Amino acid sequence: MSCDSQVVERLSGLVSSFICHSAGHLPDDVKTRLAQMKEVETEGFAPSIYDVMQKNMEMADKLGRPSCQDTGLPQFFAKVGTGFPYLEEIEPALIEAVKKATVEAPLRHNAVEVFDEVNTGNNVARRIPWIDWELVPGSDKLELYFYMAGGGCSLPGFAKVLMPLEGYDGIAKAVFDHMTTYGVNACPPCLVGIGIAGSAEVAAKLSKKALLRPVGSHNDNPKAAQMEKDIEDGLNSVGLGPGGFGGKLSVMGVNIEQAARHPATLAVGMSTACWAHRRAGIIISPDFTYDFFTHKGVTL
Amino acid sequence: MSIFHFTTPVTDEDIKKVHIGDVIYLTGEIVTGRDDVHHRVVVSGKEPPVDLKGKAIFHAGPIMKKISAEGEEDKYKVISVGPTTSMRMEKAEAEFLAATGTKIIIGKGGMGPKTTKGCVDNCAIHTIFPGGCAVVAAEECVETEGVEWLDLGMPEAMWKLRVEEFGPLVVSIDSYGDNLIENNKVEFEKKKQAALESLKGKLDYMS
Repeated sequence: MSCDSQVVERLSGLVSSFICHSAGHLPDDVKTRLAQMKEVETEGFAPSIYDVMQKNMEMADKLGRPSCQDTGLPQFFAKVGTGFPYLEEIEPALIEAVKKATVEAPLRHNAVEVFDEVNTGNNVARRIPWIDWELVPGSDKLELYFYMAGGGCSLPGFAKVLMPLEGYDGIAKAVFDHMTTYGVNACPPCLVGIGIAGSAEVAAKLSKKALLRPVGSHNDNPKAAQMEKDIEDGLNSVGLGPGGFGGKLSVMGVNIEQAARHPATLAVGMSTACWAHRRAGIIISPDFTYDFFTHKGVTL
Repeated sequence: MSIFHFTTPVTDEDIKKVHIGDVIYLTGEIVTGRDDVHHRVVVSGKEPPVDLKGKAIFHAGPIMKKISAEGEEDKYKVISVGPTTSMRMEKAEAEFLAATGTKIIIGKGGMGPKTTKGCVDNCAIHTIFPGGCAVVAAEECVETEGVEWLDLGMPEAMWKLRVEEFGPLVVSIDSYGDNLIENNKVEFEKKKQAALESLKGKLDYMS
């Protein structure tokens, strides 16, 4: 099969606009949650920090600029309908879109080749943009998430394999330990993604997928949903506040995703998203019409 | 909490006026520098190409745009420039202060005991600009005066920025050895223990 260059051009143009918009605008659910948190944080440094955050969002929109200078290492999470007609074109289009957006947004040059230690200057490098693939039988659409994995909010990330007798309390402890140390530097209030599985890499990957779920959404397992709430309440009682200056709250939320574990292992992974959680989601149809569902009402 | 308006070059006298929790708005010249700049100056022992005496080092890797035409002298504009995680520079910051005479460190999150001692020894302070607020910061940079060590790449180079009323800069380490974020972390640790205690029994899904 050969790649249709016209399709690549059309798809990359759309995805590039999608990236550029998401660099300067937070998704609807994040904006809503931050506004709710700002209302609660009435003491100490917190109100003035929230004021600067609010001003920054407004200026980024007005001036058409990336809201944070760290536009992250580009990551895509693609859910591809098995009936989507342009399977050949997706990967080249995503790579092209990153190159294009790097110039147009503009994005910071963030891809450094390991061992050679050279910044490629266009955000395209070995296995970058990172692309995670899932197949969706019976669909003819492409559901695409773009995530700007910033340095500060990637630093608290970890994955480890616990022994089952350490229990879910062991998971909570590991999360709390990281959030009260590294989490302070990760531009709180963060969204915390937790993956629970049988091995480290699965837990780590699920922790990032948990961050793609909307703020305020719940795991479909009632026990997991309760654990999300219990950890969220517990972290909030620590009161990291915006920027780690202290406050009444710590996090925008806690999202857990799980895969079945091995009887002898209990793996946990954690990823954090900073308050400037630049996650963008779009569903693209075969005729290139789209639903930019994380940023309702936006035309690209 | 007091609010100060300083202009570079900042003096020891200025620095001694401020304590943790105070807020500064800075006018004058600041220079960006993060991991690679600290490595070059402290580990490789290279002479910094910018005079930092009495100025501020800004832990930041900006997005810059070239605005000069082909054939003209290079001119850049700041598009987006927020603070990066200061703790990454903990290993080298004290030596950096001693080598350069920098008076103000600007970043985000806290720094550790080595930098705290460095601030006492060199009469310097660490301050925090609100993280993720890079367009606010960019608009407080009125001119890009130049760039050095651009071979390190756009985020790592030393960008010389003229700023006006740059802030709010919350003082997190003062020249008396007090450390705001470390103090907060002691509180967070206590509350963490209480929170974990109250979770006990709630997460016992294995029984």
